[in-house]
Amino acid sequence: MKIPTLVTPELQKQYGRLGRLVALAGALLFALSPYLPWAYPRTALDNMTYLGAPSTVQFLGLSLGVLELFALVGSHMAAGVARVRGTTHLLHRVAWNRAARAGALGMIAFIGLIIVVVALETGGLANLEYGAWIALVAAGIATAGSRFLAPGRESTLDRAPANPVLEILTIAGLLGGSLFLLAFALDQDDGGTFVVLLAHIAIMVTIALRSGVGAWLSLAGQRHRNVLVFSAFAVAFLFPFTQNGSDANMSIATQVLIFATTAVGLNIVVGLAGLLDLGYIAFLGAGAFTAATLSESTFATIGWKPPFIVVMIIAGLISATLGLLIGTPTLRVSGDYLAIVTLAFGEIFRITMNNLDGSDGPDLVHGSSGIPAIPNLNLFGFDFGEPHVIAGITLGRFANYFFLMLLIIAVIIVVFTRLNHSRIGRGWVAIREDERAAEAMGVNVFGLKLLAFAGGAFLAGFAGAVKAHVDVSVTPEQYIFLESAFLLAAIVLGGMGTVLGVIIGATLLKLVPEKLRFMSEYRMLIFGLLMVVMMRFRPEGMVANTRRQLEFHSDDQELAAEVDEDLPYEFVEERA
Amino acid sequence: MLEVKDLVVAYGKVKAVKGTSLTVEKRQVVSLLGTNGAGKTTTLRTISGLLRPESGEIWFEGERIDKTPAHQVVIKGLAHSPEGRRIFPKLTVEDNLLLGAFARKDTAGIATDLDRVFALFDILKERRTQPAGTFSGGEQQMLAIGRAMLSRPRLLMLDEPSMGLSPLMMQKIMSTIRALQAEGVTILLVEQNAAAALRLSDRAYVLEVGSITLEGTGQQLLGDDRVKRAYLGED
Ligand SMILES: Nc1ncnc2c1ncn2[C@@H]1O[C@H](COP(=O)(O)OP(=O)(O)OP(=O)(O)O)[C@@H](O)[C@H]1O
Ligand SMILES: [Mg+2]
Repeated sequence: MKIPTLVTPELQKQYGRLGRLVALAGALLFALSPYLPWAYPRTALDNMTYLGAPSTVQFLGLSLGVLELFALVGSHMAAGVARVRGTTHLLHRVAWNRAARAGALGMIAFIGLIIVVVALETGGLANLEYGAWIALVAAGIATAGSRFLAPGRESTLDRAPANPVLEILTIAGLLGGSLFLLAFALDQDDGGTFVVLLAHIAIMVTIALRSGVGAWLSLAGQRHRNVLVFSAFAVAFLFPFTQNGSDANMSIATQVLIFATTAVGLNIVVGLAGLLDLGYIAFLGAGAFTAATLSESTFATIGWKPPFIVVMIIAGLISATLGLLIGTPTLRVSGDYLAIVTLAFGEIFRITMNNLDGSDGPDLVHGSSGIPAIPNLNLFGFDFGEPHVIAGITLGRFANYFFLMLLIIAVIIVVFTRLNHSRIGRGWVAIREDERAAEAMGVNVFGLKLLAFAGGAFLAGFAGAVKAHVDVSVTPEQYIFLESAFLLAAIVLGGMGTVLGVIIGATLLKLVPEKLRFMSEYRMLIFGLLMVVMMRFRPEGMVANTRRQLEFHSDDQELAAEVDEDLPYEFVEERA
Repeated sequence: MLEVKDLVVAYGKVKAVKGTSLTVEKRQVVSLLGTNGAGKTTTLRTISGLLRPESGEIWFEGERIDKTPAHQVVIKGLAHSPEGRRIFPKLTVEDNLLLGAFARKDTAGIATDLDRVFALFDILKERRTQPAGTFSGGEQQMLAIGRAMLSRPRLLMLDEPSMGLSPLMMQKIMSTIRALQAEGVTILLVEQNAAAALRLSDRAYVLEVGSITLEGTGQQLLGDDRVKRAYLGED
């Protein structure tokens, strides 16, 4: 975001020190303001009425204030060594001024949002107590002061020498922290608090990106991929243990995981092979209906009851067959047709299921009422419907399914990464870039496309089989086009062709509507706005795939970075 | 090694190649000359399976290939460096080269050939992790040739390899072609620079509006009056 430059570089040179002092005072005041009451009614967010005892939301504000103080102190220290070339200490590589400038704006955004939310929730600005206004003024002071700090050179953290111990500890610590954040976020029944929490996360991420810590983290993540993956799974695995047997959050978490698994599967088709599949949800549905008709439900229409492992494979195979059926004729022609055909296929699937009701067609799935009362899974004597107690913590029905889905998403992630780094993955990129040239290279274009398409369908069928049992009943209306659209959105928002990004995207898209039910009427509007904003400012998604990033921002950034590199340090300081 | 018999290729109703026949013997360099729009590129694209002929036959090492899909033609040992380079601009140099070896599975051999290409064009080695799209036209041409070499073809078809190259680079390409020939690779060359191509060629064909009008050894054609007038710019 560009803020108009009222403060010219000359002014920054002249009043930089003063600005830092002012900002410091503002940040300090902001960090203290949580100890004052922010609102009159207890119901405003999470009871911010006490003097001397900040609520959790106020603590979030406090953390922003402290971070800003930290950045300003860093900025002061860095100013001392600015002229020393080649300092290698990590702390000297942070872009402190940029962090401080972003942090101050973040403080304003944070308190501003709280004021707006409280006013909306409780019916007026009068419900805000003096503490909130003081915080707003403090944030304003800090912002005004920080504007006088020259942004300075970009962080060089991404070029810092590797420090494995620190990197691994940071990754583990961050993911551990995110476990608590996740548990806390899910516990917020109040939509306003949830929004504030999201905003807080967004502000923190922005500061991390501006300061260069974000780039360092992403490098660290790349260097220690195994640690990252392992910690992420550990966090996911531990999550049910933070829920104390409560099924409310676990049911959301399980749905999020199913959605994310499906999205990663679709990402093979869209992100790796570049095939726009607008009817992917139908493959999930095909798997779910297969599993339902083969289940022990008294409404199931097929007498054969194979073990669930077999059911899963059959579900996958049926979806893959459907994929082959629509892929074979369409994948030979250009990409646009595929989008149209898959869009139609999704609708045909839903309508067909509606018609398999005994009057318009054979009574296979009972039409629109679907197949209800699907019993819980029982794998190797493990009953998924029964709570289990481990280490004194009760793990309920949804926790059981959560673990199963975790296993399945792990399998799909392995498949995804294997493919991505294989010869096949390279073939897909070539097809995405220039189909004819790829063919001349000996890439079996049609074969590889079909592999991606049918393989993706197989994985969806696989996941669908589990979904049938989690949902208890399977109806055609669970598999509408909107779901396909949301899956695609998760991929585009998160970062096409990446696993991490898509999981984050899927989590956000599934979790946020769950928590913000009071805004459900505006859901599509907000969603649309979000997409537009993303496409404008970060088309590669939240997590960028390196190959993809080249497609969006190619030379200009690189050039800029090169130019900066060549300039002596002093010039960069001057110029900024 | 390669035999094209009475080849007819059409784009819709318009025939671009009208009954062309040509033969390429093992270890020869064979040139295909012709004015713009004569049908040279069309001929090469048909041989490599990217286009289907209307009639006629294409035989490669005793096997008929005019119905074989393009990706299998490559596996048979016939590589095509297409006109206009057609490199993958957003992929790195190395990924581009490895795509040339897509049809191969002998990892060790691929590594050897990669080194060989790097030895030939050191600029490719220096910039192996750079996106190919940031290369200059001539550098892209080197990449395209290197990429075709990586399929370790027995017959290599080059469509205007010197397009956009400086005279010095042009010479380098021509000597590369010689070196490849010495290694046992057969080459079918389409070139606008007729003089350079003919000097290199064991055999040459002149294609005019879809039909072969002249053929002979490189030396013969260099001395031919019609060729001198139309392609060498001499009177
Ligand atoms: N995709 C196409 N669709 C329709 N006509 C085409 C197509 N490609 C080529 N042609 C036509 O076929 C004829 C032969 O084209 P071709 O590209 O083979 O010529 P060329 O000998 O390679 O010419 P140049 O020396 O300019 O590369 C031309 O008249 C051209 O206009
Ligand atoms: Mg041509």
